[in-house]
This record gives sequence, structure tokens and C-alpha cells, in this order.
Amino acid sequence: MPINYYIFLSIALFVIGIIGVLTRRNAIIIFMCIELMLNAVNLLFVAFSKMHHLANAATNINAGSDGQLFVFFIMVVAAAEVSVGLAIIVMMYRNTHSIDVNFLNRLKH
Amino acid sequence: MVVSSKNPVYSVLWLIITFFAISGHYVLLNAQFLAIVNIIVYAGAIMVLFLFVIMLMNLSKDTEPQKNKWLKLAGAVAGGCLLLVMVAALRHTEKNMTELSKGDIGLIQNLGNVLFKDYVLPFEISSILFLSAMVGAVVIGKKE
Repeated sequence: MPINYYIFLSIALFVIGIIGVLTRRNAIIIFMCIELMLNAVNLLFVAFSKMHHLANAATNINAGSDGQLFVFFIMVVAAAEVSVGLAIIVMMYRNTHSIDVNFLNRLKH
Repeated sequence: MVVSSKNPVYSVLWLIITFFAISGHYVLLNAQFLAIVNIIVYAGAIMVLFLFVIMLMNLSKDTEPQKNKWLKLAGAVAGGCLLLVMVAALRHTEKNMTELSKGDIGLIQNLGNVLFKDYVLPFEISSILFLSAMVGAVVIGKKE
């Protein structure tokens, strides 16, 4: 199976995430789109790690496991980011009673 | 579907389906450990957290903020342009193969070996990151 298919699939997922961030104003949905983009990158990492493993399996039995561990660390960072971000969104909702990101432009005054 | 649903709860449910599909791809690529972790962490923990927050806020369709139409169109066009450019740039790359169910680097034994031999320091640092994120979330979420 050519790696190109995986590249195109994760580009499509990433672009869906970007369109979501650009077109929606609901802070939670923007957050979910960021998760979608992270997952697109993860999928690409796994596909490339398999490719690398296939190319170098003769010399190094563990070739390509670096990529999968990187995916693991990305998941760790994403989980931490989500917990902090949702706490910020809850606090913002408590203060403004809305999750519209455009309310945040009062920060510039 | 994640982007276009008006109700955020439906959006979360579609995102869970997407994550299960991505986990299916991991299984196909013989990365079983990552598939299980993806289901547990994303579809299990993070999405439940999102659902809780959405239900806590009692959002519905009529409270949903709307951007004006031109801004939405501009966002969609910009994303489409990015898609077009990336696909056009990568269309003629050489076709390296990824073999599907071959190799066992995705098994938890081999990943654990590499993780605890070569990547001990990042592992510990990520635990500290988790601890600080936990403390930060509690401090932010606390009523003052």
C-alpha cells in the first residue's frame, strides 16, 4: 500500500481541522478541531514509521519505533493541553456566560 | 460532520467516530499499542471530558454563536486552497510502500523496551508536565 494514500488522508483530516478553526466561533468546537489536527499528524507519524521500519528492518530490528513513541508523547501533551484548555473555557464561560471567542477581543482594550 | 454540526454534542459524537476510524488505521498498520492507547485516551477520556463540559454549560442550537457568511466562506476557501496546494505538491512523490501487517514494532513489548531504554528522560519530563497540567487545571477551575 503506497504511503501516498496515508499522506493524502492525513492532509484531508488536517484541512478539515483548519476549516473548522477558521469558520466556527464556538470555543469548544475550535478545541475539537485542534484535536483533529493532532490526530492527523499522529496518523502520518505511524505511517512513516512503518515505512522506515520496512526500509531498515534488516539492519536495525527496532527501526521505526521512534516514530510510534513520538506519537505516544504527542498524545500525552494533547491530554495535558485539553485539561488546561477546558479549565480555561469553563472559567471564561463563568465570567461571560458565552463561549463565543469573539467576546475575548476585550483583551485588547 | 465535526465542523458542520450545529449542536456541539453531535460534533463530539462524530469526533469519537473519527477517532475510532483512526484507531482502525493504526490496527491496520500493526501498531496495536497505539490503537489501544488512542481509544482509551482520546475516545475514552478526552471526549468524555468534552461531553461533560458541553453538558455542564447547557448549550443548545440557539445559543450557538454564528460567524457572518463571508467570513465562513473565506475560511472554507482558505482551507480548500491549502488542500489543493498540498495535494498538488505531493502528487508526484515517489511511491514508497508501507507494508500493512508486517513487523512487530507496534507491539507493547518492543515499544516498552525502546521507551524505557532510550527515552527515559522524556518519559519522566512528560510525567512532570502532566503533574503541572493537573495543578494548573485545578487552580484555574477553582472558584475564587
